[in-house]
Amino acid sequence: MSVATAFFYLFSGVMIASAFMVIAARNPVHSVLFLILAFVNAAGLFILLGAEFLAMILIVVYVGAVAVLFLFVVMMLDVDFAELKQGFLQYLPVGALIGVIVALELILVVGGFAPSPGAIAAPRAPAPADVSNTMAIGLVLYTKHVYFFQAAGFVLLTAMIGAIVLTLRHRPDVKRQDISEQNARTREQAVEIVKVPSRTGV
Amino acid sequence: MDWLVPVLIILGKSLLLIAALLIYVAYILYADRKIWAAVQLRRGPNVVGPWGLFQSFADMLKFVFKEPVIPDGANKGVFLLAPFVMSTLALAAWAVIPVADGWALADLNVGILYVFAVSSLGVYGVIMGGWASNSKYPFLSALRSAAQMVSYEVSIGFVIITVLLVAGSLNLSEIVRAQDTAAGALGWYWLWLFPMFVIFFISALAETNRPPFDLVEAESELVAGFMVEYSSVPYMMFMLGEYVAIVTMCALTTILFLGGWLSPIPFAPFTWVPGVIWFVLKMTMVFFMFAMVKAFVPRYRYDQLMRLGWKVFLPISLFMVVLVAGVLQILMAYGWR
Repeated sequence: MSVATAFFYLFSGVMIASAFMVIAARNPVHSVLFLILAFVNAAGLFILLGAEFLAMILIVVYVGAVAVLFLFVVMMLDVDFAELKQGFLQYLPVGALIGVIVALELILVVGGFAPSPGAIAAPRAPAPADVSNTMAIGLVLYTKHVYFFQAAGFVLLTAMIGAIVLTLRHRPDVKRQDISEQNARTREQAVEIVKVPSRTGV
Repeated sequence: MDWLVPVLIILGKSLLLIAALLIYVAYILYADRKIWAAVQLRRGPNVVGPWGLFQSFADMLKFVFKEPVIPDGANKGVFLLAPFVMSTLALAAWAVIPVADGWALADLNVGILYVFAVSSLGVYGVIMGGWASNSKYPFLSALRSAAQMVSYEVSIGFVIITVLLVAGSLNLSEIVRAQDTAAGALGWYWLWLFPMFVIFFISALAETNRPPFDLVEAESELVAGFMVEYSSVPYMMFMLGEYVAIVTMCALTTILFLGGWLSPIPFAPFTWVPGVIWFVLKMTMVFFMFAMVKAFVPRYRYDQLMRLGWKVFLPISLFMVVLVAGVLQILMAYGWR
């Protein structure tokens, strides 16, 4: 057994176990922490596959940003777990039905998967030695697929602007800091020197 | 058993690196206190060993022999996990840092992304610690810290992108080699990308929660931040993680802007000095700047910190990415590069 195989079993074993714990953990914060563990192990599997760029992006985007937001939301929510558990049996049949349907669909799709005959027949181009996979992704993403890439960027931008517009409130009743106004202030505007004769007020 | 030997070699190298790093961190801590003291006309630690040189080790022993206190309402598992997450992640970043030509544990093709990813995970130690303490000051502090680290990561990311564009590689060793010119220290990126160097330095201060951006610890408002409830070894692990992260940022500044292991004067007697010595010297110099900033810059207010990150650094660094890319494109079009 090579080192890579041992690491493959380590990463996939931990990943499956932590994915199970995501749904099994009682505390939602623990669930999110297990989800993060699953992401990190998935990144490890990507590295074993030689896709180091994808692995790093997975960690930067999902673990470093998305999961932090998850964690924030879950920590801020005041969830009563006892109350959540009460409806469990009532919703069990519906949930089980949906689960079975999704599982059947997955089995149909994955079971029916076969690579197209052309893909097998076509001789595989050898991977060029001097192009790292980061460069390879860049070369196709910004040339061949540039319109899709731009379109995805616009969708994300729209979502971001939408979220800001929905939550932004202008409150006229609070004091705001205007940095340029502060910086433009001179000594004459700010300080007044008064000579006060003794025993009189200003 | 053909896998046993490489595994043992990797283990040996990692242990050597960790031991060297921990001793370096011990003296960085000592230097931090000494510099701070000198600026305030105090003596600083001077009792344990000659000139107080063994102070950090005495502190470590003290932490180890103290009783770890776990609050009653704390979420025990997460509470104890948090400091170890923080220090492990901070140490993990060192796997790819080349301290001399070819002296990296793993010479990853995406080395810089790896350091960026691992250092962005440091925020989990803080959030987990703050939440698991089940107390309001640590939790407020953890929220502050998370917002601060996420904000400054954005500008650090853009600074890294400009350096990548100029160096043409994501590999840390290649980035250093790209700075190896006949001009010596003048050919390094600190001069050519000077605004980015300044932004990176300040963002590194904010990312590692160093003063003047140590809003996480702000004693006057939050007692001592997310580690209020910690004591003994878990507390020590938080401190260790923090200082290792600082040293990582110093090393990253050295690699990205100060030519890594290269000699500042590119001819004979200076190039004979081993690269690792130049690397450590440069790293220590960057840390000296960190320590001086701590000693004489007053703490920022939180809204000013956020303004600086989002309204000043982000536009400047975004503009610089476009500018640098444009200049490089023009240079390439005329065949000057």
